[in-house]
Amino acid sequence: MKKIALIIQREYLSRVKKKSFIVMTFLGPVLIAAMYAFAIFLAVNSDNMSDKKKIVVCDETNTLSNIIKSNAQYEFEFSSLSLASLKSDFDSSGNSYLLYIPQKSKNFEGVQLYSDKQPSLAIVKYIEDQLENTLSDQKLTEKGISKKIISELDFNLNIETIRFTEEGEQDGNTSASYMIGMFSSILIYMFIFLYGLQVMRGVIEEKNNRIVEVLISSVKPFQLMMGKIVGIALVGLTQFALWVILTSAITGIIGQKFAQDKSKLMSIEKTAESSNSDKSEPSIAAGEVLNALSTINYPLVIGCFLFYFLGGYLLYSALFAAIGSAVDSESETQQFMMPVTIPLIFSFIISTSTVVNNPDGPVAFWLSLIPLSSPIVMMVRLPFGVPTWEIITSMLLLIAGFFGTVWLAAKIYRTGILMVGKKTSWKEIGKWIFYKN
Amino acid sequence: MLSIRSIIKDYENHRALNSVSMEIPKGSVFGLLGPNGAGKTSLIRIINQITKADSGDIYFKDEKLQEKHISSIGYLPEERGLYKKMGVADQIVYLAQLKGLSKQEAEKRAKQWFERLEMKGWWNKNVEDLSKGMQQKVQFVATVIHQPELLILDEPFSGFDPINAEMIKNEFLNLNQQGTTIIFSSHRMESVEELCSHIAILNLSEKMLEGKVSDIRKQYSKNCFEITYNNAESIDLNGSSAFQSIGNAKIKEGKFVQEIQLNAGFQINDAIAFLMPKIQFNGIKEIIPSINEIFIDQVKNA
Repeated sequence: MKKIALIIQREYLSRVKKKSFIVMTFLGPVLIAAMYAFAIFLAVNSDNMSDKKKIVVCDETNTLSNIIKSNAQYEFEFSSLSLASLKSDFDSSGNSYLLYIPQKSKNFEGVQLYSDKQPSLAIVKYIEDQLENTLSDQKLTEKGISKKIISELDFNLNIETIRFTEEGEQDGNTSASYMIGMFSSILIYMFIFLYGLQVMRGVIEEKNNRIVEVLISSVKPFQLMMGKIVGIALVGLTQFALWVILTSAITGIIGQKFAQDKSKLMSIEKTAESSNSDKSEPSIAAGEVLNALSTINYPLVIGCFLFYFLGGYLLYSALFAAIGSAVDSESETQQFMMPVTIPLIFSFIISTSTVVNNPDGPVAFWLSLIPLSSPIVMMVRLPFGVPTWEIITSMLLLIAGFFGTVWLAAKIYRTGILMVGKKTSWKEIGKWIFYKN
Repeated sequence: MLSIRSIIKDYENHRALNSVSMEIPKGSVFGLLGPNGAGKTSLIRIINQITKADSGDIYFKDEKLQEKHISSIGYLPEERGLYKKMGVADQIVYLAQLKGLSKQEAEKRAKQWFERLEMKGWWNKNVEDLSKGMQQKVQFVATVIHQPELLILDEPFSGFDPINAEMIKNEFLNLNQQGTTIIFSSHRMESVEELCSHIAILNLSEKMLEGKVSDIRKQYSKNCFEITYNNAESIDLNGSSAFQSIGNAKIKEGKFVQEIQLNAGFQINDAIAFLMPKIQFNGIKEIIPSINEIFIDQVKNA
């Protein structure tokens, strides 16, 4: 045990003392804060930043000039000229688009949008929405429904979600759960990747420097591997903790500066909200989100976050250590990396698409039990509420999976580190697992 | 000091050690010789408990070899190196701590070695800033700092320049005089021959030969002598029952050199008595086979 402690200490201190660690620790939050500030800046200024797009409309029906409306981004100008002359003048007119609505179009069939570049989805959707609304209004009016009733049809619903929990009924909030789940899962994914690769590089470094045989004449290969994994985990936790502290300090200061113009901030949050969520989802005011965030079971989420954060890292880093032991240089790692990174990337993609939209579905259920994917997938499900037995089973499986991979990795590792100057194949690694010692 | 008994080690497709036994006496400089791939490194790794033997036992000072003995053994592997981006002193202290020394003790001893080997200015330097020769000095200190009773050196002089090799060699011999048992492993037999008091030769996973260097040489000596004489022309030396000439006389630096082999039951004095009146003696020298010659001889006969 004393030897493992020594190895952990060396791995930790040698990394924490590095200039790159100190630089990243301070630069990381600055970068995150800068990104945050830049996003706010864009949100505030996006209207002013892009020039208003001018759309000249050739409306042969002569009915739409009061219906299609300009907004902050698009300015519609109705022209009485013919389509042919508008087309020929298009290049010199300075207009971005030419919208053509043919005279005899029934239900606006045959509407065309000309431009010299492929138009953005946003403008096409904007025009389509306007025309569709016009059309449905027209149909309703034809059936004798008054304008007043039509305007009353414009609903904006916000469903309140309430969960039955052990503490009684609780307000829930899907968006808040979504945000927390995604955020935790992204963090865990990044942590596993960044620090798992550091473990691998550390192993390769010891092999390259030829110090590994000197070391394992004093300590067991297993001790060396575990010492490295734990030491680097502590480096990661240190960096993470410092980032949280520094980022919240910096964003706090920036936030305060913006808060002076409160209305601006509100509009930013709204913009951010609506740009994040689908159009079909109702956007929620910032206050509501904050309110909803406070309904999350934080001790559980934070506790589970730390568990899956470490559990996932330990499981994957053991595999990364095994890869590092099997090669002589980082350029040789490619072929062995694939089977380790694929489940990681796969669970990340699935969790940000399928799982987050259906957190109780069979895909989410199974992937949150399988140790290779559970650290990432379970964190997405957790804020939506997961039965206790599922969490416990998933945790136990992750612990078992960790011991399994460590056992496997240790077998590969102890043989691999002594193989120098040999190209290793999958077949050979398979054999190492069955070596007696 | 170390008793190796019937060690067998199998790898997937071949047997690396086939029932190898040897005794390494306390205070000896023991040469573990053999060509590449003979099983030397496999045996050394088993002694260092890096790998396990499939069968057989090793006794360290009459005790079965176990984990606690790690701190009594110093090992300089053939594939050796240091952390490039770590301080020289930090590194030595770390490796010493892994061998069971306390931090204070490790630092104290490191300072003594730095003084002794004129390395004082290096204390805070990174290993990558040192020259290769300097790195090898550091490696040497890291190997011996815990004052092991048994030192195992695998190809110790490979990669050393002659000056450093000489210095390190003297340091090893110095430790040996203070009581440290040393195992030298090498495939270059002549390089360690002069250092070793005992040797064992491994070939094709088996031990071919073991014993005191002087005994082995005596055993393989063919009772041959080289007679140098200074007569005007070469003389036929045959005609004695005590010896026979081997080949014809050769001329070396203006003198004649003749190899003779004593017949069984005769001493060199008998030959000299016979030759005395015949030739103008310039010198007489016993032809002792080198370990290399013995080895090649053995391999050919095997």
